[in-house]
Amino acid sequence: MSPTLAEEGLTIPDAPSEPGEFERSLRATRESGRKLLVAYVTGGLHDEWPDVVRAVADAGADAIEIGIPFSDPVMDGPVIQEASELALRDGASPVTVLDTLRTIDAGVPLAVMTYYNLAFHMGHERFASLMYEAGVRAAILPDLPLEEVGPWATAADPAGIETVMLAAPTAPDDRLPRVVARSRGFVYAVGLLGVTGERDALAESSLVIARRLKAITDKPVLVGVGVSNGQQAAEVSQVADGCVIGSALMRRVVEGEGPAGAGAFIAEVRAALDAS
Amino acid sequence: MSLPEPSSSGRFGEFGGRYVPETLVPACQELEAAFREAWADQSFRDELDGLLADYAGRPSPITECHRLSAELGVRVLLKREDLNHTGSHKINNVLGQALLAKRMGKTRLVAETGAGQHGVASATAAALMGMECKVFMGEVDMERQALNVFRMRLLGAEVVPAMSGSRTLKDAVNEAMRDWVATVENTHYCLGSVMGPHPYPWMVREFHTVIGKESREQCAKLLDNEIPDVVTACVGGGSNAIGIFSGFADTTAELVGVEPAGGAAVGRGVPGVVHGMKSYLMQDEFGQVQEAHSISAGLDYPGVGPEHSHLSSIGRARYEQVTDDEVIAAFQLLSRTEGIIPALEPAHALAWISRDRAKLAGKTVLLNMSGRGDKDVGQMMEILG
Ligand SMILES: Cc1ncc(COP(=O)(O)O)c(C=O)c1O
Repeated sequence: MSPTLAEEGLTIPDAPSEPGEFERSLRATRESGRKLLVAYVTGGLHDEWPDVVRAVADAGADAIEIGIPFSDPVMDGPVIQEASELALRDGASPVTVLDTLRTIDAGVPLAVMTYYNLAFHMGHERFASLMYEAGVRAAILPDLPLEEVGPWATAADPAGIETVMLAAPTAPDDRLPRVVARSRGFVYAVGLLGVTGERDALAESSLVIARRLKAITDKPVLVGVGVSNGQQAAEVSQVADGCVIGSALMRRVVEGEGPAGAGAFIAEVRAALDAS
Repeated sequence: MSLPEPSSSGRFGEFGGRYVPETLVPACQELEAAFREAWADQSFRDELDGLLADYAGRPSPITECHRLSAELGVRVLLKREDLNHTGSHKINNVLGQALLAKRMGKTRLVAETGAGQHGVASATAAALMGMECKVFMGEVDMERQALNVFRMRLLGAEVVPAMSGSRTLKDAVNEAMRDWVATVENTHYCLGSVMGPHPYPWMVREFHTVIGKESREQCAKLLDNEIPDVVTACVGGGSNAIGIFSGFADTTAELVGVEPAGGAAVGRGVPGVVHGMKSYLMQDEFGQVQEAHSISAGLDYPGVGPEHSHLSSIGRARYEQVTDDEVIAAFQLLSRTEGIIPALEPAHALAWISRDRAKLAGKTVLLNMSGRGDKDVGQMMEILG
């Protein structure tokens, strides 16, 4: 007889019914009539990364995802792969990134985006509490799908870390509600079949997944993966509550545009969202 | 006589699971259902058995190594997977997966490869079945296995260098998974070992149990007490090893996997999660995956299939390590004594027998000769001068 999920220690706890701090902040912003903009910044990339975080916050990001670089980022395309590799070469680790994060007063909610092995290796409780102490309130672990999230969520929920779940275009209708129910902070709608990276045009699939999610939840629905500029951000936010911008921002940082260039780009996206 | 199925979450003990991006979860679920259904369908089994016999040349013989045995003082038998079409055990798995992919309506295969043997086997199956095939291979491996790159292209496959990280097998797996995330609707990921997310470790094992089944029957005829004292195989991801172990798991035979010292996931790793599975993994103090270093591109991998982690933790199998120099010596030893040029991967298992021959004196050891050395002679020519 195959053991049950409970016997394997894999039970998925129900998400707490009350939204956490991160989600409350996004909900409040949404209620003010503003489209949500979340920016992704690779932690530990060059010494200037804290300034990139501040610049992006000042330019109008409503929350920031800090990437803790991992050696094998399977959900990431070439730009974030390169950013991660460079940061690792500079000595970035979960500890250095979170330590530095404590010193950054960005003034917006912070999430961490990384891969599960870093949490597993450190231990779920310790990783969650280190994040919390660094001011982080949400976590995105793209290689930890619903079926595997139990042990992590069991530690993260009581530690005040909201685990954001990804909802993909491939999910059948009976799966999406379960993913949404377990998602905290916001629901990360994966805009297309593929890894992170810039695309010339907004994928039709991003509108479809946003529509499917908006129909079943009042949690904030943000589209990420493939949203590359202000125009695409505005287009997808006609349906979604907002979007996540990662590769388009990190390409500019990798190419040396610095905090000023990063801030200018986010300001541009902000303006496009506000004008829509 | 076979190894048990994993749990419903795809675990062997605490190892395994399905740690994949959400986009791939439905595809893994569909694959599991399709495999379960096909594997219970006699017509699928018959079709696969037909291909294994008429196309791949099964059953593979067992060769008794008289001169080698005399030299080592250990009775050595080789299960000759090197005589299969395309030159290694990899064809067993690939024919199974390609048939299954077709049955699922997929038109395209994507694969990773280290030494190129799995890539060649995938390209071969794709040619046979009229499917498109794209193979990711670390840039470093493309150099040391240039002949296999040419073979794959000749067979009509597209070979794409993996340029990130260590530019070896680990990075080829990353690239193949990224491709699959983008193409999952028409593409099957033809994974080359007993690793990755559920159902791969189980499915790939099942496709290789033919090695163990044949060996068990052959040994019953060949050996007075029917069962060898030791069954050994090299371990990269662990597919050829699990294939032969599966035939002897319920016997008194000692099961010994041999890892390269520079890529010893069981020997030097701690539990971790990468490439969709929880297993022993070589990693640094923070959980960053370390790069493996081995003379053999096929074993140059910092992880290992989850069932090996389980077999090790329950003590049913044990895992030894050998150095590149020991492998080079074993490569020459078998060539000289038996007229069989082994691939560098199974030369690892022989290197262990040779090193531990005093402890093994008088015993009968069955070694899975997982592949032939044609692909490696260029590299060895440079090393040996
Ligand atoms: C001949 C041969 N043996 C063994 C391996 C290692 O794979 P596994 O450990 O899955 O058998 C390879 C991989 O390329 C190979 O070519």
